[in-house]
Formats: sequence, structure tokens, C-alpha cells
Amino acid sequence: MKQSQIRVLIAKPGLDGHDRGAKVIARALRDAGFEVIYTGIRQTPQMIAAAALQEDVDVVGLSILSGAHMTLCPKVVELLHAQGQEDVLVLLGGIIPDEDAAQLKAAGVHAVFGPGTTSAEIISFIRNAMAG
Amino acid sequence: MPKPVPTQQLIDGLLRGDRLALARAISRVEDDAEDAAGIVQAVFAHTGKAHLIGITGAPGTGKSTLVSALIESYRASGVTVGVLAVDPTSPFSGGALLGDRVRMTGHSGDAGVFIRSMAMRRGAGGLAKASAEAMLLLDAAGFDRVLVETVGAGQAEIEIASVADTVVVVEAPGLGDEVQAIKAGLLEIADIFAVNKADRKGAARTVAALEMMLETGSAAAQPIFHHGQRMETGAAASESDAGEGWSIPVLETVAVSGGGVAQLRDAIERHRAWLDESGGRGAREGRRLDHMLQTLVQAEVLARLERALAPALRGELVELMQRRQIDPYSAAADVIRKLSR
Ligand code: B12
Ligand SMILES: Nc1nc2c(ncn2[C@@H]2O[C@H](COP(=O)(O)OP(=O)(O)OP(=O)(O)O)[C@@H](O)[C@H]2O)c(=O)[nH]1
Ligand SMILES: [Mg+2]
Repeated sequence: MKQSQIRVLIAKPGLDGHDRGAKVIARALRDAGFEVIYTGIRQTPQMIAAAALQEDVDVVGLSILSGAHMTLCPKVVELLHAQGQEDVLVLLGGIIPDEDAAQLKAAGVHAVFGPGTTSAEIISFIRNAMAG
Repeated sequence: MPKPVPTQQLIDGLLRGDRLALARAISRVEDDAEDAAGIVQAVFAHTGKAHLIGITGAPGTGKSTLVSALIESYRASGVTVGVLAVDPTSPFSGGALLGDRVRMTGHSGDAGVFIRSMAMRRGAGGLAKASAEAMLLLDAAGFDRVLVETVGAGQAEIEIASVADTVVVVEAPGLGDEVQAIKAGLLEIADIFAVNKADRKGAARTVAALEMMLETGSAAAQPIFHHGQRMETGAAASESDAGEGWSIPVLETVAVSGGGVAQLRDAIERHRAWLDESGGRGAREGRRLDHMLQTLVQAEVLARLERALAPALRGELVELMQRRQIDPYSAAADVIRKLSR
């Protein structure tokens, strides 16, 4: 069980400007007692990995609605692992077809949340993962 | 959960310039982990080299954007920069939305820059409890300049004056009545004023208002009251060391385009040189360490007091006093004897 504050990075990789979902999730996680670092839109995988490292986060949450998830997500996971953050929980939200979600999970994304997911589901997923 | 990285490994890594070790060490200090004190103790001998710069001012004046512009300016001349950006913690949930970083993108491929967001948690005065310790870690990790952005500050958020060498107070035009916007407490701690958003109208008026206040010293003469108590600013000494030979510059900046940022950096560097020449650096550092010492002792004494004054013991003593078997003074002495354990 992690006793300290849970720190979460919420990032929007790529050129995707749909930031409503990311902001909703960031606020919901703050209201659940997490410390949330929001990076804003137009982040490269390198920028996200650097932020995750400097901020020493427990969770990296990516939000992608543009369809570019198959190239962006594995890259973020790869960079996190290469810099010694294999233990960081990687979550993905947005518009992700089921077959892609399965592949991404095999590539190291821990969970994928589509439209309509409630904040409560996401919060309890993170809490369980941190407790486990 | 994975096993935590051993303390010694973090200390060695931090001093070697390993960024993940630095990041993890900051978390330990922030979480007040068991090895937090040990980490700070181990690196303390390696501190005292960085120039510590505080960036404060009202919410939304452009502090983060200005920090980002300063990073760029320093990096152009090869100076390395560590940043601590403090944002408020929600009093309701204990969570925080740390948004300063959004304004500081574009430095991520650069090993000479390290940006860390920090929630205020149970801190006070615009900084987190662990801000001073985190600054020591950034210093020990070898950054030439350590920039600290406070939470959007009012007149009570002046803790930064006790932890920084140079305090930049950021103002912006159009915050309503100029004189109202310029908070007395912030005026007292400023070494440099940046009137940001100078691309907007009203900047010249803000500059003029500030210059006038500096000339008359009217705001600086007012003591600062917080919850009815006179506050220890720790910077009250700015009267003695900022008074002689340093005239507080008021500069216009446009953080979004970089306008005036070189001048701001020059002013910071001039202040740094002035601190070295005037002996002000030693005075400020002395005050900083004294402040840290006081804070640590107070926290420890309070913790011991809480333990010594456990309800059970208190109940026992009260009963003894009621039975006239012990007097209040002896009871107090009894408790105080327990404090030293
Ligand atoms: C609103 C919207 C817009 C707004 C965006 C406003 C904004 N600032 O966000 C505007 C009008 C600007 C817009 C523009 C475009 N859009 Co649009 N847009 C939508 C729409 C209708 C809703 C998105 C939304 O905000 N949902 C509400 C939020 C709360 O839900 P959400 O983001 O899905 O988030 C939830 C979950 O996914 C999850 N989640 C999301 N992120 C994260 C992160 C983490 C860490 C976790 C745990 C969970 C999580 O939790 C959230 C809560 O349940 C969708 C259609 C749809 N039904 O999704 C299309 C949609 C996303 N857009 C689409 C397109 C094509 C575009 C444009 C390219 C259109 C164009 N040709 O101009 C532009 C591109 C803009 C850009 N720069 O990227 C397509 C994308 C197709 C694809 N992926 O293949 C969609 C799917 C519509 C469609 N069916 O074609 N759009
Ligand atoms: N016009 C103009 N806008 C600016 C300037 N500098 C910053 N801004 C904008 O002002 C807004 C706030 O900027 P931030 O840098 O986030 O301000 P801040 O003081 O760090 O805010 P808090 O941390 O929330 O107190 C953003 O929208 C910036 O783009 C400037 O020089 N001119
Ligand atoms: Mg800010």
C-alpha cells in the first residue's frame, strides 16, 4: 500500500486538440485527493516521458481522440521503461477501438477507458492498482 | 507495489546528476518519508552553490510564463536551471491540480533543465512545507539557478522571502485599482519588480504607481498582519540589506513573446553580484538557515509536546492536582521533563 500522496500526470500526446475529457479526468482525480500534473495539449512522447520522470509520478494518463494512439502510446511506454519507470501505471482514455485496446495492453498500457467511463471507475482502478 | 529504491542509491544518484534519483529524492522529502532527513543531511555539504530566485505575485500575472522565458534566456548562455512550481492544495479533497507546467513546455529534451511541480499540502505562506528542502536537493544536484514559483500570492504569502536570494514580484496591469493590487507585503519583499503583460494597456501606469510607492516607501512601512497576528517576514531585514546600495528596479516584461526578459535576467544577475559584493548573500543565507533551524526545532518540539501531553497522562495529572497530591507547577515540570526524551 502506498502511504504517500498519489501523483498523476495527465497528458495529451500528438496534435489532438480534444482536451475536454483530459480536463474532466484531471479535475475528478484532484477531487478524489490525487495530485494531478496537467501538461496540456500537443505533447510529444519525449515531453511526456520527461515530465513523468521529473514529477516522479505514480500514474501516467494519456488522452487521445485523434486516432494516433497506436503510434503514440507504445512510444510513451517504451520511453518510461527505458528511463527506469517500469513501475508507473499507464492509462489511456479517448476514442480507442477494442482491437487496438487489446494490442496496447499487450504493449504495456495497463487499462483503456472509452467514452462514458465514470470518474468513479477510473478512481477505483487507480486506488486498487496502488494498493496491489 | 515495487520495492522502494534504497536511500543511499538515491543520494549517490542525485549527486551524480541522475534525474530520476533527484525526482525520487524530492518525493521522499515531500512525503516526509522516514529517510527524508537522512537525504537532506547527506547532500547538505554539497549545497550553497546555486542562486535561489523566488518568483511571486498575484494569481494569473504570468509567473509560470515568465519562468519559462527565464529558463530559455538562461539556457541560451549555458546556465542550468532547476524549477520548483508550487500550486495550492484543495482544502476539501487534499488533492491538487498542478498547472504551472503547462506554461513551461519546450525544455524537455534539455538535461540542463529540471521542472518539478509541488502541491502546497500543509504548507503556508505560498510555499509547501518541503519547498526549502527540495531547493536544497536541486542545489545539491548542481543546478546553477533554482527558480521557485509560489502559489498566486496575496500579502500574506511572503514565505518566499525567507528561502530565496533574489525575490522577483510579478505584477500585471489591469488588476483593478493599481494601488490596491500592489500588496503591501509583496512590496516589502521585492528585490525586483516585473510588470508583466506590458503588451496590455495600463502597464506604464502600473510601473509609475510602483515607482512612486518605492520612492515614498509608504507600503513598506506598513506592518503585515495575518489573522490578526503580526507576521515574521524573515525579510524585514530587507530594510537593512536592500536599503543600502540596491535600488529596486521596476521592469516591463512580455513573458509570452520574451520581451524584456533579457533585462529581467540581467537585473537578477546584477542583484546576485550585488549580494556577493555587499555581503548580503551571507546575511540572507544565514537568515535562511536560521529559519530552517527554527522550523525544524519547532516541528520536533511540537511533536514531542503532543506525545508528552497524551490525554491519558494529562488526565492522570489533572486527577493528582484535584486530589492536591501535586501542584500545577510540578505537573508542568513533569511534562516538560518528558519533552527531552
Ligand atoms: C467535442 C468534440 C470536438 C470539439 C472539441 C472541444 C474540446 N476542446 O475538447 C471540437 C469541435 C473542437 C472538435 C474538433 C474536431 N473533432 Co471532434 N469530437 C468531439 C466529440 C463530439 C466529443 C468529445 C468530447 O469532448 N467528449 C466528452 C469527453 C468528456 O469524453 P472523452 O474525451 O471521450 O473522455 C471520456 C473517456 O474517453 C475517458 N477519457 C478520456 N481521456 C482520458 C484520459 C485518462 C487518463 C483516462 C483514465 C480516461 C480518459 O474518460 C472520459 C470520461 O468518460 C467527439 C465524438 C464523441 N462522441 O466522442 C468528436 C470526435 C472525437 N472528433 C472527431 C474529429 C474527426 C474532429 C476534427 C478532426 C473534425 C474536423 N474535421 O475538423 C476536429 C479536430 C480538432 C483537433 N484540433 O484535434 C472524431 C475523431 C475520429 C477518430 N478518432 O477517428 C470524433 C470521434 C467524432 C467522430 N465520430 O468522427 N471535436
Ligand atoms: N498578454 C499577455 N498575456 C500573458 C503574458 N504572460 C502571460 N500571459 C497569459 O496570462 C495567463 C496566465 O499566465 P500564467 O503564466 O499561467 O500565470 P501565473 O501567474 O503563473 O498563474 P498562477 O500560477 O495560476 O498564479 C496565460 O493565459 C498566459 O498566456 C504577457 O506578457 N502578455
Ligand atoms: Mg503559474
